[in-house]
Amino acid sequence: MRLGKGGQIDRSQRIGFSFDGHRYEGFAGDTLASALLAHDIRLVARSFKYHRPRGVLTAGSEEPNALVTVGRGGTQEPNIRATVLELSEGLAARSQNAWPSLEMDLLAMNDLAAPFLAAGFYYKTFMWPRAFWERVYEPLIRRAAGLGALSGQSNTDRYERAFAYCDLLVIGAGPAGLMAAQVAARSGADVILCDEDTRTGGRLNAETFEVDGKPGSDWAALVTAELAAMPNVRIMTRTTVTGAYDQGTFAALEKLAPEVAARPNTPREAFWRIVARRAVLAAGALERPVAFQNNDRPGVMMAGSVRAYVNRWAVSPGRAVTVFGNHDGAHRTAADLMAAGVHVAALIDSRPDAVTDLDVPFYKGAQVCDAQGRKGLESISIATTSGIEKMRTDCLAMSGGWNPTVHLTCHMNGRPTWNADLASFVPTPDAVPGLVAAGACNGTMSTHGCLAEGARIAAAALGDLGFKVPDMALPQAEDAPYAIAPLWAVPGKGRAWLDFQNDVTVKDIKQAAIENFRSVEHMKRYTTQGMATDQGKNSNVAALAVLADATGRGIPETGTTTFRPPYSPVSIAAMGAGAQGAGFAPQRFTTSHAASVAAGAPVVEAGLWYRPSYFPRKGETTWRQSCDREVTMVRNAVGICDVSTLGKIDIKGPGAGALLDFVYTNMFSTLPVGRVRYGLMLREDGHVMDDGTTARLGPDHFVMTTTTAAAGAVMRHLEFVHQGLRPDLDVSQCSVTEHWAQFAVAGPKSRDLLNGLLDAPVDDARLPFMACGDVAVQGIAARLFRISFSGEQAYEIAIPARYGDSLFRLLIARAEALGGGGYGMEALNVLRIEKGFLTHAEMDGRTTAFDLGLERMISARKDCIGKAAAARPGLVDPDRPQLVGIKPIGAVKQLTAGAHLFEKDAEVTRENSQGHVTSVGFSPTLGVFLGLAFLKQGRARHGEVVRLVDHLRGIETLCEVSDPVFFDPDGGRARG
Amino acid sequence: MADPAAVLKPLSPFAGLLPSTVGNITLSGVHAGHLTLLAPLRGKDLAAALKSAHGMALPAAGRSTGKDGARAIWFGHAHILLMGPVPDPSLAAHAAVTDISDGWAVARLEGAGAADVLARLVPIDLRAGHFKRGHTARTELAHMHASITRLGETAFQIMVFRSMARTMSHDLVTAMEGVAARA
Repeated sequence: MRLGKGGQIDRSQRIGFSFDGHRYEGFAGDTLASALLAHDIRLVARSFKYHRPRGVLTAGSEEPNALVTVGRGGTQEPNIRATVLELSEGLAARSQNAWPSLEMDLLAMNDLAAPFLAAGFYYKTFMWPRAFWERVYEPLIRRAAGLGALSGQSNTDRYERAFAYCDLLVIGAGPAGLMAAQVAARSGADVILCDEDTRTGGRLNAETFEVDGKPGSDWAALVTAELAAMPNVRIMTRTTVTGAYDQGTFAALEKLAPEVAARPNTPREAFWRIVARRAVLAAGALERPVAFQNNDRPGVMMAGSVRAYVNRWAVSPGRAVTVFGNHDGAHRTAADLMAAGVHVAALIDSRPDAVTDLDVPFYKGAQVCDAQGRKGLESISIATTSGIEKMRTDCLAMSGGWNPTVHLTCHMNGRPTWNADLASFVPTPDAVPGLVAAGACNGTMSTHGCLAEGARIAAAALGDLGFKVPDMALPQAEDAPYAIAPLWAVPGKGRAWLDFQNDVTVKDIKQAAIENFRSVEHMKRYTTQGMATDQGKNSNVAALAVLADATGRGIPETGTTTFRPPYSPVSIAAMGAGAQGAGFAPQRFTTSHAASVAAGAPVVEAGLWYRPSYFPRKGETTWRQSCDREVTMVRNAVGICDVSTLGKIDIKGPGAGALLDFVYTNMFSTLPVGRVRYGLMLREDGHVMDDGTTARLGPDHFVMTTTTAAAGAVMRHLEFVHQGLRPDLDVSQCSVTEHWAQFAVAGPKSRDLLNGLLDAPVDDARLPFMACGDVAVQGIAARLFRISFSGEQAYEIAIPARYGDSLFRLLIARAEALGGGGYGMEALNVLRIEKGFLTHAEMDGRTTAFDLGLERMISARKDCIGKAAAARPGLVDPDRPQLVGIKPIGAVKQLTAGAHLFEKDAEVTRENSQGHVTSVGFSPTLGVFLGLAFLKQGRARHGEVVRLVDHLRGIETLCEVSDPVFFDPDGGRARG
Repeated sequence: MADPAAVLKPLSPFAGLLPSTVGNITLSGVHAGHLTLLAPLRGKDLAAALKSAHGMALPAAGRSTGKDGARAIWFGHAHILLMGPVPDPSLAAHAAVTDISDGWAVARLEGAGAADVLARLVPIDLRAGHFKRGHTARTELAHMHASITRLGETAFQIMVFRSMARTMSHDLVTAMEGVAARA
C-alpha cells in the first residue's frame, strides 16, 4: 500500500512496468520490490526446492526470495533481485521456478513430499543405478529444483571493464562511509566512494534519524554534493565492491542506471578493478531473520526492511503490521509505522525485560511460533508465558539482530571474530592488509558511533599515507545502545526456515549434525545452506548458531564457512567484457589482407594472424583444386605468398655473432656478410625450440627470422638469454616483424618476375642461393633474400610495410602474367611437405634435433643453449621416434595427421603404436598423398611397410616408410 | 611506369579506420615521421650524441623528451624511440640504430575524458598526478603491447604494432562510446 505522503520517490514521474504480464505503475525512485508492495503484491516467487510461495523479505542485495527474470533472448537475465532492480519505463519482469504459473505451481507438490526431501535426500536416494546419475536423475532434479534460466542465446548486451586507482577506497556510503570520504576528500587524497545503492546515505535513507538537526538522508545528500564537486573524489553509486584481492586490489561491479544503459552503444554493466593504497570498509550490517514455523510466508519480512519501505519508498507492506524482535531497534519499526499512519497490531519482544512507551499491544518475553496463510500472511501464533495466542496480521516485521557485513575482510582467508555482546561476528583487524572496517560492519551500531568511527579510521589511514588531516567537527546524531538478547530459532515442531533461498530449515541443520556433518563446512555442503545467489547473507550466522547448539559447542568454536568473492553475483559477461567473439584476442592483419580477401581467399587464423588459405579461381569448387593448382604453379611458373607473419628480429652490436652462436646450435659468427644460414634453436632442456634463417646484413648486424608461431617466444628467449645469461655481450635485439612486409616469390620464373620489378636486376652470380642484399623497387629501399621454403628457385622480398599492399598487388599481377599467381597456406604446406621441411607440427616441443635428423647441426666447436641437455642418453636413444616420410601403397590412398603407425601385421593396440603422423598433404607434383611422421627407429626402416590407423576418422592405410624429402632430394631446383 | 596501378603507393596503418570522434573525444592516426629505435652501445655516449644531433635529452625510464614533431620516448629496457626526425648518422656510433617507422601504428587520443577511455583498456595508473605530461609507459592495451605517452592534460599518444591497428581502433572507439554515454 502506497502511503499518501513522504518517501524519497518522485511522485510526479510515473513509471509503467509489468510483472508476469500484468501492467502496473510506480514512481521514479522505486525498486521493483517497492512498486510491487505498493500494489499489495505479496506473492512474487516460488522457493528453490519445495516451490513454496514466497514474498519480498528484504530491501537490499541480500534478498533471497524475490528473484525475477528480465529481458528475452540474447538480453535475458535471470535471478535479478527485485529489491535492487530499479524501476524503469517498460520494465517487464517475470517470476521464475514456477509451472504453469506463480499462482498455481504444480511443482509445489514437492512441499507435500517435504518429509522425504530433507537434507541429504538426493545423496541417499539417487545413488543407484550409476548409469542414471547423468541421464535420469540430474535432468529430473534440475527440472524440479532451480532458479531462473538463461536463454541459451549469445548475450547481445554490451559490457565494459575498467581500471581505477585511488589513495582511499571507501566501500559503502552510509554514515560511516560518507564521513570517511569527507575526511579523506578534505585532506586532498584521491577518493573513490562506492555504494551498491542508487544513492548515497545507506541506512540514513531508511531511518528517521536526524544528523546535525536535519533528516539523515538530507545530511547524506549535502555531504554527497560537497564530495561530488571535488576533483579528487569519484562517487560510484550502483557499484558493489565484490572482492578484495592482493596488494590493495578490489573488484567492483557497476550497474549503469537503466536510462543510461538504454542509450545506444552503452554498456549495461562495468567490471572495475580498483587499486587503493588504503581502504575503509563501511559496508553496514545485514538484518537476520528468526527461525520459527512457517516463517517463510509471503508477508513475513525483515523489520529494518519494513522501515525502509515505509520511510524511503512510502510503502507499507501491510495494513495491520506486527513487529517481532529481540532488540530495541526493532521497536523503531513499530514507531515508524505508527508515525506513517499504519496500524500496528502488536509489538512482540522476546526479551522478558523489554520495555516500550509506544501505544501498541506489547508482548514481552513472547515469541512468534507459527504463521498462517499460504500465499500471503493472514495470522500469526504468539507463544507467551500463558499460552499460544493467535493474531490476525498481513505483515510481520521480524528481527533477530544484525550481522556486520564482514565478507570482504574474509576474502584473503581471514576469519571473523565472535562478539558475544552483539551476538554476531565482527571483522578481525588486519585480515585484509590496508583495509579497516568502520561503522556497523565493525559492530558499531549507533549513528553517532558510525560517524565517529568513519572519521577516525579515515584520518588514521590518511595519516599513514602522509596526508594532513584537517580538524572537523562531528555532526550530531543519535547514540542509542544496541541491547540484544540472542534468539536464533523458536522451538516448535514444524519446519522453521533458516535459509530461504535454498529451503534449509532448522531440522535440516540438526539432521546434518546427527549424521555427523558437524563441521560447519560439511553442514553447508550437506544441506546447501548458504549457497546460490544470496550466499547465505541472511542465514549463515543463525544456521551455525543452530549447528553449535545441536553439536553442544559454542558459536566461536563452530566458526563460519568461508566467505569468497564475489560478495554479490557478478555476470560473467561483465568480467569478460569485450572478449565475446572476435574480441577474445587482438586480430593481426597483414598488409596484403585486403587484397587477399578481395581475391576471394578464405582466411584462416595462424595464432593472432589472419592468413589466406588459398586463392580460388573460376571453376574451382573445392579447396583441393585450388591448392593443387597453386602447388603446380609454383613448381612450374611462379607463386606469391605473404610471409610477413614470420618473426623478424634485428640483432645488432659487436656481440651479435656471439649471441647467435649461443642461441643457435650451429655457427653464425662465421657467416659472411650478405649470406643467409638455416639455424636450429634448442630450449635449455635440449628439445627443439624453433628454426629459421638468419641473414648477415653487416659485420655487426644480423636479421633473424622465426616461425610465425614462435615469434614472440623467440624474442622473449633472446631477451632472457642476453639479460640473464650473457649480459657480457654488447648487443641489442628488437622486433622488426611489423616494419617489413615480406613476400615469397617462388618458382622457376621468380627471377624473371623480380627483374621486371627491381630497379637493378639480380642474377645467380650476384645473388646465389642463400644470399641476401639490398635492392630497390621504384627507388624504395628493400631487402632481397634468396631463400626457399618451397624447394624451388625462390626469393623473399621485404619492403617497408606502408608499401606492402601495393607491392603485393603488383607481384600478383606480374605473377599472373607469367602463368602464376598467389598461393595460400594450403599450398605452402604441401610444397614444404614435398620437401620434408619442418613446421611446429614436427617441432612440437617434444622432439629433439636427433629425432628430426638434425643432430649434426649441433656444432661440436662451441657450446649452445640446450647442447648439454640434448646429449642426455634418453634424448639420443635410437629407439626414439624419428622423422620419416610415408606414402600410401595399398588400396587406401588417404593419409591423415594424428593417425598412429603400427607394424604391418601387429595387433592395433595402444602398446603397439610405433609412432604418429604429424603432417599430410596431397602432392600434385608426385600424384600421391605424402606424410611426415615420427616412427621408432625410423631412419633404419626406410622401405618398410607400416599400417596407419586413424581411430577418430576410421581410416587404415598401408604405407611405405621413406626419407622425409620426397622431391628433388639434392636441392638442385632451389639453387636454380 | 605507364600503368598507374604499377606505382607503389604508401598506405597508413589507420587508412579507412580513423579519425573517429565520439562525444568530445577524438581518436586520430598520426603521421609521426621516422620511428628509429636506439639501443645504447657499451662505453659510448648516446645522451651527448642525441643532445647534439637532435637537441633532446636521453629520456629516463618512463619518460619522454622533446616536443611535437621530434621526441625521444623511453621504449622499454635499453631502448629509446626517436620519433619524428631522420636519425642523424652520428648516432650510429653510439647506439644500434634500427628503422621501425612502418612497424607501429601511432594514434592520438584527445578530449576531456581521454584518460577515462584509456582506463577501460589499460591496467596502469594514468591519473594526472601520477602519469604527467611527458610520462610514458610500455604496457598492455586490451591484450596488445602498447606504448602510451601523455602529451597533455587531455591528450595521449598510443602506439601498437601496425597489424593491430584495426583491433586498437575498434577497442578504443568502443571505450569512447562507453565514456560518452555516461556524460
